[in-house]
Amino acid sequence: MPEFTPPQVQLAGVAPEITLLVSALILLIVDTLIGERPNRWFLPVMATAGLVLAGAFAASTWGDNELQLSGAIALDGFASFVKISLAVFGLLTVWVGRDYLVRDALEDSEFYALVLLAVAGMMLMAAAADLIIMFLALETFSIALYVLVAFKSGSLTSQESAMKYFLLGAFSSAFFLLGIALTYGAVGSTALYGGRDPVSEPGIASFLSTSPTANTGLLVLATGFLIIGLGFKIAAVPFHAWTPDAYQGAPSPITGFMAAGTKFAAFAAILRLFDATLFSLRAEWRPLVIAIAVATMIIGSVLAVVQDDIKRLLAYSSIAHAGFILTAVIAANDRGVSGALFYLATYGLAVLGAFAVVSVVSGQDEARVRLAGYKGLFFDHPALAVALTLFLLSLAGVPVTAGFFGKLVVFGAAVQASYSWVVAIGVITSAIAAFFYLKIMVRMYLEESEGESSPLPIGRLAAGVIAITAVATIGFGVVPGPLLRAAEDATMFFQPAPETGQAPLGG
Amino acid sequence: MMGVQGEVAAGFEPVLAPLIIGLPLAGAVVLLIFGKRIGRLSGVLACGTIGLAAVAGLLNFIALLGAPEESRSTTQHLFDFISVGRFQTGVDLLLDPLSLVMVMVVTGVGTLIHVYSIGYMHGDPRYPRFFAYLNLFASFMLLLVLADNLLLLYVGWEGVGLCSYLLIGFWFDRPSAAAAAKKAFLVNRIGDFAFLIGMFVLFGAIGSLTIGQINEAAGALSAGVATTAALLLFAGATGKSAQIPLYVWLPDAMEGPTPVSALIHAATMVTAGVYMVARFSPVFEASGGTALTVVGVIGAATALWAALMACTEYDIKRVLAYSTISQLGYMFLALGVGAYSIAVFHLVTHAFFKGLLFLGAGAVMHALDGNTDMRHMGGLRRPMPIVGYTFMAGWLAITGVIPFAGFWSKDAILAAAWVEGNYVLWGVGVFTTLLTAFYMSRLYLRVFEGPLRTPEGTHAHDAPLTMAIALVPLGVLSVAGGVINLPGLLTLEHFLEPVVGESLAPEGALAFILSGIALVVAVAGIMLARSIYMASGAEARRARFVRPMAPLVNGARHKFYVDEIYGRLIVLPGKRFALFCADVLDRRGIDGIVNGTATLIGRTSQGLRHIQTGYVRNYAATFLLGVVAVFSFLILRVVAG
Amino acid sequence: MTLSAYLPILLLIIISTIFAVASIFVSSKLAPSRWTFAKRLPYECGIVPEQSDERERFPVKFYLVAMLFIIFDIETVFLYPWAVVYQELAVFGLIEMVVFIVILLAAYVYVWRRGGLEWAE
Repeated sequence: MPEFTPPQVQLAGVAPEITLLVSALILLIVDTLIGERPNRWFLPVMATAGLVLAGAFAASTWGDNELQLSGAIALDGFASFVKISLAVFGLLTVWVGRDYLVRDALEDSEFYALVLLAVAGMMLMAAAADLIIMFLALETFSIALYVLVAFKSGSLTSQESAMKYFLLGAFSSAFFLLGIALTYGAVGSTALYGGRDPVSEPGIASFLSTSPTANTGLLVLATGFLIIGLGFKIAAVPFHAWTPDAYQGAPSPITGFMAAGTKFAAFAAILRLFDATLFSLRAEWRPLVIAIAVATMIIGSVLAVVQDDIKRLLAYSSIAHAGFILTAVIAANDRGVSGALFYLATYGLAVLGAFAVVSVVSGQDEARVRLAGYKGLFFDHPALAVALTLFLLSLAGVPVTAGFFGKLVVFGAAVQASYSWVVAIGVITSAIAAFFYLKIMVRMYLEESEGESSPLPIGRLAAGVIAITAVATIGFGVVPGPLLRAAEDATMFFQPAPETGQAPLGG
Repeated sequence: MMGVQGEVAAGFEPVLAPLIIGLPLAGAVVLLIFGKRIGRLSGVLACGTIGLAAVAGLLNFIALLGAPEESRSTTQHLFDFISVGRFQTGVDLLLDPLSLVMVMVVTGVGTLIHVYSIGYMHGDPRYPRFFAYLNLFASFMLLLVLADNLLLLYVGWEGVGLCSYLLIGFWFDRPSAAAAAKKAFLVNRIGDFAFLIGMFVLFGAIGSLTIGQINEAAGALSAGVATTAALLLFAGATGKSAQIPLYVWLPDAMEGPTPVSALIHAATMVTAGVYMVARFSPVFEASGGTALTVVGVIGAATALWAALMACTEYDIKRVLAYSTISQLGYMFLALGVGAYSIAVFHLVTHAFFKGLLFLGAGAVMHALDGNTDMRHMGGLRRPMPIVGYTFMAGWLAITGVIPFAGFWSKDAILAAAWVEGNYVLWGVGVFTTLLTAFYMSRLYLRVFEGPLRTPEGTHAHDAPLTMAIALVPLGVLSVAGGVINLPGLLTLEHFLEPVVGESLAPEGALAFILSGIALVVAVAGIMLARSIYMASGAEARRARFVRPMAPLVNGARHKFYVDEIYGRLIVLPGKRFALFCADVLDRRGIDGIVNGTATLIGRTSQGLRHIQTGYVRNYAATFLLGVVAVFSFLILRVVAG
Repeated sequence: MTLSAYLPILLLIIISTIFAVASIFVSSKLAPSRWTFAKRLPYECGIVPEQSDERERFPVKFYLVAMLFIIFDIETVFLYPWAVVYQELAVFGLIEMVVFIVILLAAYVYVWRRGGLEWAE
């Protein structure tokens, strides 16, 4: 019998995820043991506590720089930044969700537990330093989201969109797995980094730094499938088809959470995988990502123009945003990485705020989601209309909102990497996008509301979330410095080399 | 100290300086929003805010006087305005002798005119709105003179322009008023555009917009850059201060209510150009003479040109308007010969007597149901003594009769021109003095002296109390205002010296000779006017006098056809070009492109939306298509590579 | 290219496919086939199933219980390797396993309390 060495178990790297898992379990058990109560206030309280604790754990590892759990978990500023943001997104989702669930009489402990589990999976995604872990993380949050999308029990659209999302998600997972398998075939390991000795401690990065360029063919093929798997999650064209349907059918708070969280988690994986680990293969994957980014920006912006359902419109807008953020991936430089982090954090806040407004305005059973329902909103509910305007302006990238600086840094990074023509397309599509954001504003301010206005019950939690996200959106637009600096400090464990005159690598 | 105090740089301690701008601004905001509800009390409120601002200004003035001479300039930082990378601009107030003199004029004369307006605007349906605009104007004007940087000054500059537009067109239901407002705005825009470019040039050359830094660095500028910047700034001044070639808006601006003419188009706003040139005197100096020569020549030419037109005008307010243009020309003449402090001195005395003259003219109009044609007036001093005697004081002041205020300042300008060796400018100035004395006497004698004549159906009455309250102090100042720069006594020149430098003055006998010439010329002008308008046989003498100059008189009556020439040369081609732009370029060209793009995107979008069928199998097929594309691309690359 | 290393796998796939198809085809051809009525019945012992809709539905509970069984059954598989290296892992292993079982227990409690194990409504 060979010598047995017990694995080194360090839990600091996954403390936030463990916290969330434990909170979710406790939440479920407590709820089942206590039984039916008319007001289950303790559920959001427990979920909040879990998320705050997880965020605190993530913050406590700020500045650490190491690999843990046999090289499977990266403990670095990048992961901390993403995890803290995700904890915030989770909190906002829980709060908006609480009011939404109570209004539609859907409240159940599963909602909170699933949100916590999804956040845990997303966090793991950001920290994953091994493709297998990345896949597990992806599935963890995906499965949680499949159920959450279907959470409007009794709503056929909700069930239908969950089914579509699930089927296509499973479909994409297969390609991601295939990519992992091919990677393993090429490298002999699924670890992203590996040790100094590529033979005893194999990993993609160490393989690339030691192998002759001729041997990377299989790995190049693998990158293609990894792009497909992750491209599905960020809703990149042509893997985007599920997005409008899923966004439309899901409960509005969950739609916001998907737009903010899923995108952040998947982009975290993309940035770590492509801009760091596979950096030296950039000559191979860049053309692909550019093609996807351009298609995504154009399709997302153009198709949003004709939507007349606000959730579908925001879904296409989220597709377009995925394209904008991909320009930072293309840039593959420090500014691109920090810019993408800033963009994702601020985009997440704006889109969560927007969907918080949508979930309030849509009313009982989300009956009011057509754009026509927003006519004259300003006159009936000025605060909601102004807040939504703010979020839309941020999504459009208008100055003095956070979205402006997001676009500025992301596009700036791409210009720095000499991809100005991609940025040009980005700017043009942003202009197209501004059109449909304006369309909503015109409805709200310049048109008369149809029929008599019914009073909208606005829960305190939802109002709080709208206020927080609005303040953050304008705050980071006026004073973007601190967040931008934090994103710059959130360097990755494995940093890309500075962009120099690049020699074509590989194949 | 109160919370409104910001950080204070070295220098004396300002006293509630932000309130000088803040109070009228607050008054304007309150009146704009709640004006209707405040109603009759609007006037009192507006007078209160500007009056308290005047008190605040006075406190600062006293604080400044109490400070030693070397620390009589201070900058108060209120808050950051624009902060983009290297470009930092704050809302900073600059308190120094020059700005505080301007503050005293604006708030002092401003308060009196506010009080006067209570009586004058009595019964107007938009009474609160009028005071809101007036207060707003005051706050912008004060911002203009207190600004510590060019950008903030420009904000004030545009702000007073806006208020001027609003107030000229206050009775917008009269087409002539609306047209005059539009004209004033457009002509000013031309100047403002040049001013803005000049600002860019200065920022580009110096890298700062702060007044102190610009003036400090001006000496190091190349003559070319300095000349360019100075002339662009001066082009801005010709718009705001109604100099050749942009003076044409001011006579038409008399369509506004008379207090507006007094405050904005005589005492304060139109002097902004003079203030600005004095403020940036180092930039003008740095151009090595070119810029200052242009300023002086334009000033002298404007003084003469406007005076000629004033001689034939029959509208009482338009005479005063041309007179204002002419007097502003004197100020630019003074600036052009480097006598900045004397220009400011004349600015101050002019504010007194021209404000007074306008208010007096307003009182006459008020009494005669808005009639402004002086052919229908005469002998009004007897039925309205307060107006008559105060107007007399203003008349003597502007004609330059010793010891009235205008004598001292005008004399100093002419003397400075002589001492600087600009004998041509001096000559033009002296001749203009003759004309000034003539047309002002013509105005005064026709309206107030001789047998009583009033337009049909009116009977003159003296000014009501609120109007008289404003007239009397201004009358006193017109008589005695010269004391602020009496040689050997209080000297404004000395006070302003740290800011704008010394002005040359003649010495000894020369001083008396020059003063004597100016005085004789002025008296000659008065006598001439008397002989052809008042004395017995005036009609016949007038006919004999006019006949040899018929073409000139005729030309002057038609304002030398300048409006027509501008109309033909600039406005008409401009209109044609605008029509071309609007019709061909914009509607067919740019709109076509924009609308075409929008239509194209809309159609594309409609077409593409059919891809989104809602069937999972189709989605999966799209997905698979993408997979195949990615895979084939990479396979090709790998195999080919 | 390292793709050549995968050639044996490809060959294996091809051969196995050929073999599967061939053996079914060959046996169907070679075997003697004489059809009788009884032979065509599902059960030659004579018990004929009830005639009903072919797309008969099972109660969904059936799947639920089956899946729960599989989950808990397969989780126990993890106990075997632990038992093998029990000595070496010592207290650490024990704690890990307790954590593992507690998680399972939580799931069990949840399923039980939520009525996942009740057959009838």
